[in-house]
Amino acid sequence: MAIDIITYVFIAGGCFFNLMAVIGLHRFPDFYTRLHAGTKCTTFGSILLIIAVLIQSISIWVVEGGSSPQSILSLHAFIALIAILVTNPTGAHAIARAGHRSGVKPVKAIVDDLEKEDNA
Amino acid sequence: MRFIVTSFIAFLAYLLLTTASGKVALWSSTEIIIGIVFALITGALFRNRFIGKNFRMLNPKRWFLLIVYLCGPFLWALAKANIEVVCLVITGKINPGILKISTGLENDLSITMLANSITLTPGTLSVEVSEENGDLYVHWINIKEEFLEKMPRDCKSVCGNFPDWIRRIAG
Repeated sequence: MAIDIITYVFIAGGCFFNLMAVIGLHRFPDFYTRLHAGTKCTTFGSILLIIAVLIQSISIWVVEGGSSPQSILSLHAFIALIAILVTNPTGAHAIARAGHRSGVKPVKAIVDDLEKEDNA
Repeated sequence: MRFIVTSFIAFLAYLLLTTASGKVALWSSTEIIIGIVFALITGALFRNRFIGKNFRMLNPKRWFLLIVYLCGPFLWALAKANIEVVCLVITGKINPGILKISTGLENDLSITMLANSITLTPGTLSVEVSEENGDLYVHWINIKEEFLEKMPRDCKSVCGNFPDWIRRIAG
């Protein structure tokens, strides 16, 4: 029972951060600031959702023993967590670099060191 | 040596993915045989890519530090970053720009780790890395005014104490 409530809290938190990422994608003015919303909030939201899965599956694992399918589920969820943690920032970095190379300029930027470097 | 290490890590990853498939310990014998075959193929193909110039990442102390780093300062910074971005989403006050910071880190692995770390932490997103000296170009969503005056940019206020941690893990 208590485990269910904790799981709901984590799911609600995860959904909240993913929702904020979506709103951020719409509200921010340019490419780079949108990437901020698209990487940080989705990563954290996904981490919270995976923690909810982990809590549920580990509680079932403890009750039903190691041979239940849920024990594999918790391991797979953990592997998914590591994969998201590594690939999400790497992908964002690749997109940002590609964007800057193809000439997308940050809107309202007060300083751009990379721009100066390219012109020099 | 490279071949053995790479194959062994690939085999461990395969075992992790197929846990609880049968009766030999936790795995079925078919899975173990297929796992060994694929681990050997992976080791033969990727031994020079997976392991760089030396074997320093095999030291268990570095792995322990990596786990401490991920669960401690990194997770805390990640949570702070998200609350900050949520505030920015709601208020819409931004002050963006691209900054060059010198990290002082040398090898590829530590620069990769730092770039990934600062992408997930408060207000920053790595855009480009300079190949010669490992300088990072960082897009910062909310630049503080006093930060702009110093020309060799202060690395401390962007990445906090991450470089020290990463130097201990992968340096």
